Amino acid sequence: MNIIIPMKRVPDTAIQVNVKDGRVALEEVETWVINPYDEYAIEEALRLIERLGEGKITIVTIGPEAAQETIRKALAMGAHEAYHLLDDAFEHLDALGRARVLAAAIEKIGEYDLIWPGFKGVDYDEGQTGVMLAEFLGLPHVSTAITVEEIEDGHAVAKIEAEGGYQHVRVPLPAVITQTQGPNEPRYPTLRGIMGAKKKPLTVWNADDLGLDPDELEPVVELLHVERPPARKAGRILEGEPAEVARELVRILHEEAKVI
Amino acid sequence: MISFTLTEEQRALRELAREFAQKEIAPRAAELDREGRHPAEIIQKAWEIGLMNLTVPEAYGGGGLGVFEECLVAEEFAAACAGVTTTVMANSLALTPIVLAGTHEQKEAFLSPFCAAPNLASFCLTEPQAGSDVAGMRTTYRREGDEYVINGTKQWITNAGESALYVVFATKDPQLRHKGISAFIVPADTPGLSFGKKEDKMGHRASTTRSVIFDEVRVPAFNRLGEEGDGWMIAMRTLDKSRPGIAAMAVGIARAALQASLEYSQQRAQFGQPIANFQAIQFMLADMAIGVETARYQTWRAAWLVDQGKYSRYASSIAKCYATDVAMRVTTDAVQVFGGYGYSKEYPVEKYMRDAKLMQIYEGTNQIQRLVIARALLKGEADGT
Repeated sequence: MNIIIPMKRVPDTAIQVNVKDGRVALEEVETWVINPYDEYAIEEALRLIERLGEGKITIVTIGPEAAQETIRKALAMGAHEAYHLLDDAFEHLDALGRARVLAAAIEKIGEYDLIWPGFKGVDYDEGQTGVMLAEFLGLPHVSTAITVEEIEDGHAVAKIEAEGGYQHVRVPLPAVITQTQGPNEPRYPTLRGIMGAKKKPLTVWNADDLGLDPDELEPVVELLHVERPPARKAGRILEGEPAEVARELVRILHEEAKVI
Repeated sequence: MISFTLTEEQRALRELAREFAQKEIAPRAAELDREGRHPAEIIQKAWEIGLMNLTVPEAYGGGGLGVFEECLVAEEFAAACAGVTTTVMANSLALTPIVLAGTHEQKEAFLSPFCAAPNLASFCLTEPQAGSDVAGMRTTYRREGDEYVINGTKQWITNAGESALYVVFATKDPQLRHKGISAFIVPADTPGLSFGKKEDKMGHRASTTRSVIFDEVRVPAFNRLGEEGDGWMIAMRTLDKSRPGIAAMAVGIARAALQASLEYSQQRAQFGQPIANFQAIQFMLADMAIGVETARYQTWRAAWLVDQGKYSRYASSIAKCYATDVAMRVTTDAVQVFGGYGYSKEYPVEKYMRDAKLMQIYEGTNQIQRLVIARALLKGEADGT
């Protein structure tokens, strides 16, 4: 069972990113983490191969030099091998470009049964790469699974949360299944995992290695600018006796806000 | 050459310790403190991911890491809860005598099964009448055939009653002072071993502290560490190795107090503006930061010396003494920044202050550390370190 997890490196969800000159100031971000939905995919994939008693998890990540640390964390959690797609041409990709690069890398890796990314990156929340990747690879696609329940007769059964219940979906392999929040908290890497991560194979590929023409990777979708919602005006606190406050509140709602 | 760059593994270890401490320890710290409860479930989880027994060699089931790596973890844990950290670090203190002085057979017999489960250990040195005056101990041993028989009482023993192993220092004859001391490994199920009541402490309340009573406790001669009379040297060498870890804990407590003060002072408004705008508060924050940063560097240096196998007593005593004094000052100032709210248990800073106090007392009071530092200076040992 060969599972490939396209994994994105995103700013730590616990920190607030700054917006400067109409763009997110990514250069100011100090802590980067595994995209949480990709982390859920790693956890579910580890559990799946533990249940099957065999299997291999390969991480594929597009990112700058520093992304290696995030990749090592996935290896420390238990993934077996990783590919780091590193090239200046990969720096400002849109979702289509990312899917193109990932598809080229996955085709070059060659052996896969299941491509299992998070359903979206929590950085730009686009949720497009997985679907486009399936298209490029000519594979069937199941989106927003909470887990893959079983593998049988060359098929995978994915479990999807639905309004008030669950759907169980069967898809022939190989396939792309995207992961939403799973039922299990992603595990901590172990000390042994951290110490062993450096010994696991990590291959770096650039655009040339993947036979990609940088011109093909020019963004089609242009992000014009990013802005914060306007700051809300501070609320007013009315003080005094309850009867007095109530009278004042009614007056404000009627005369100033004009809602009653 | 000097480098403060951590290796990739060290950074990953610190990140793991930070994530674990903030997710698993910090949310439970107030409750564990209030109830004085032993954190068994945290110990279990920390053991599962390999964050216990870091300095025990890998061959005997430990982490195979150095004191420096242990300091990285201790700072992160203590920033979440000093009491939980004391529970964890007590293992390191208790197992170091076995790592330092044990034979291969002893390590296989005691360390390997110990590390294979979420076990705790206790270092039994202090006595009711022998605190700073270690050589004044009255717990005695006598040899009978192939056995040693131990009698006496040890005081303020971390993890007592929860531990699987007790490393005990006893004397052949109190008149011999430090020359009469030997060290023994006593498993928890040894007949004659019993415990006093759980101490109701000011801080580090998640850690369990009791007296340990030895009444005709018999252990095989195999359980003696080193030769008879080596006990004093084993205890001192152990403390030389453990001091950087204590300093790192103090840095962690101080760092947490600084962080809390930094956040609170930007939210709390007085005279129509955040109190962080006032120079009086800014100076306190700056002094806290100066303390945290300088204490960390001395701690790292002391840990590095220990791991290099270089002479470390002078540097590690400075680290322990300085970092714990810094923690006391920084946490006291944090309560001041919080004002009345700081004095309330609704906020975490009064706990930091209570926890910081013990750091100046245990594993050698800061007065003893100053004696050690002064002796090293006067003997010329401090030169070239």
